[in-house]
Amino acid sequence: MELILEYQSQLLAGTLMTIKLALVSLIISVLLGLLGAWAKLSGNRVAQKTADVYTTVVRGIPDLVLIMLVFYGGQVTINAIGEMSGLWGYLEISQFIAGVGTIGVIFGAYFTETFRGAIMAIPRGQIEAGISCGMPRLLIFSHIIWPQMVRYALPGFTNNWLVQLKTTALVSVIGLQDLVYNAFTAGRSTGQLFTFMAAALFIYLILTAISDIALRALDRHYSRGVVRA
Amino acid sequence: MTVTSALKVENLHKSFGNHEVIKGVSLEAQKGDVIAILGASGAGKSTFLRCINLLETPNSGDVYLAGEKMRMKQNRHGETIPEDIRQVERMRTRLAMVFQGFNLWSHMTVMENILEGPLYVQKIAKAEAVEKAEALLEKVGLSDRVDYYPAHLSGGQQQRVAIARALAMDPDVMLFDEPTSALDPELVGEVLAVMRDLAEEGRTMLVVTHEMGFARDVSSKTVFLHKGEICEEGSPAKLFTKPATDQFKAFLARIN
Repeated sequence: MELILEYQSQLLAGTLMTIKLALVSLIISVLLGLLGAWAKLSGNRVAQKTADVYTTVVRGIPDLVLIMLVFYGGQVTINAIGEMSGLWGYLEISQFIAGVGTIGVIFGAYFTETFRGAIMAIPRGQIEAGISCGMPRLLIFSHIIWPQMVRYALPGFTNNWLVQLKTTALVSVIGLQDLVYNAFTAGRSTGQLFTFMAAALFIYLILTAISDIALRALDRHYSRGVVRA
Repeated sequence: MTVTSALKVENLHKSFGNHEVIKGVSLEAQKGDVIAILGASGAGKSTFLRCINLLETPNSGDVYLAGEKMRMKQNRHGETIPEDIRQVERMRTRLAMVFQGFNLWSHMTVMENILEGPLYVQKIAKAEAVEKAEALLEKVGLSDRVDYYPAHLSGGQQQRVAIARALAMDPDVMLFDEPTSALDPELVGEVLAVMRDLAEEGRTMLVVTHEMGFARDVSSKTVFLHKGEICEEGSPAKLFTKPATDQFKAFLARIN
């Protein structure tokens, strides 16, 4: 315990980095998920195919492989393009951007499917009722689709989010100092790896518990009018 | 003096793929008319109704609402599309629709369902809209269900809320798409009673229905659709006592 207190600032910094990674990548994946779900349901062939390729490819590749590919391969590619076109000089992708971007893109694919399913669960007639009242598209989305979509999407969303939060641990392989990285470093330098890994585990549990409470509150808010069995 | 009809449909065609469902139907409703549209399932009744407010886009034909034509154009693939979606949206607010499946918004209370259109589409002041909504709920006999969600209402009650929701827009023409077909038999009467009241008030209504009693007693004109065409039309007194075509005779025989 004393050891942990001694290293508390590292653990705290790691925890904050983990939270930052998770939240920023969550925003990216939710936006990509909405875009992907829209593309899949748009009826536009090109958009549909693009979204299909995106979800199939991304969901089929191990997260770790993608993270390393983007971090090491992405940098080389961007600089090669810069050199060939002469548009920009040497660029360095920061570990944070590579990590957040990759995790965001990976989970965007899962959110695409979650949101697509949620939108399809809304009875078509309710949308037609909106159309026949003369509601413009945006109003139909914000007043009829969104509130019900959130409700249908929440169980899948919760799942995705919890996995996403834990997946941020993978970025320690590209040297980003998140909770796992810092706990591991502290554990190695003190020779008390078990103690620090236990501390990390405990912190992850606290984070997921907080998420659970917040998501339950959201679920209550968006379950208006639902008859519970 | 020429009177502009409340609703005029001219030579409407609609195909799904290669299958032509509506083969040139024309219909005119004067203000206060109640037109019952009958026909076997698959005759194109619902599709015809849904083409009027563009829930389905007709392949050709014109719709006029109080003389205003719904403007359509061809896109580069040769498909017919609205020329100005704003105009379509504006016209839809004057063409309220009541659906077979009620289609109330399940996350909104009865009051919220009724207020949605007036508040957010027509942008009427809230106090005025609420007052009107309360009056409409009283009219359909549901004043005590203001804060209920649709899932807590019976089918008949839901349909009466849907009618109140349609009336809240103060429409020029009301479109009823088999409003009682999804109801248990004992609940049909309460919905028909509300529709009878509306007819007596002088509302212009197009009613796709299987309720022969309603068509015979309430409609000012009855139209029989057969395979996407008007097979027979006229006053219900004439149609029901002296059906002229074999198709309509056969239809009546099957129904009774």
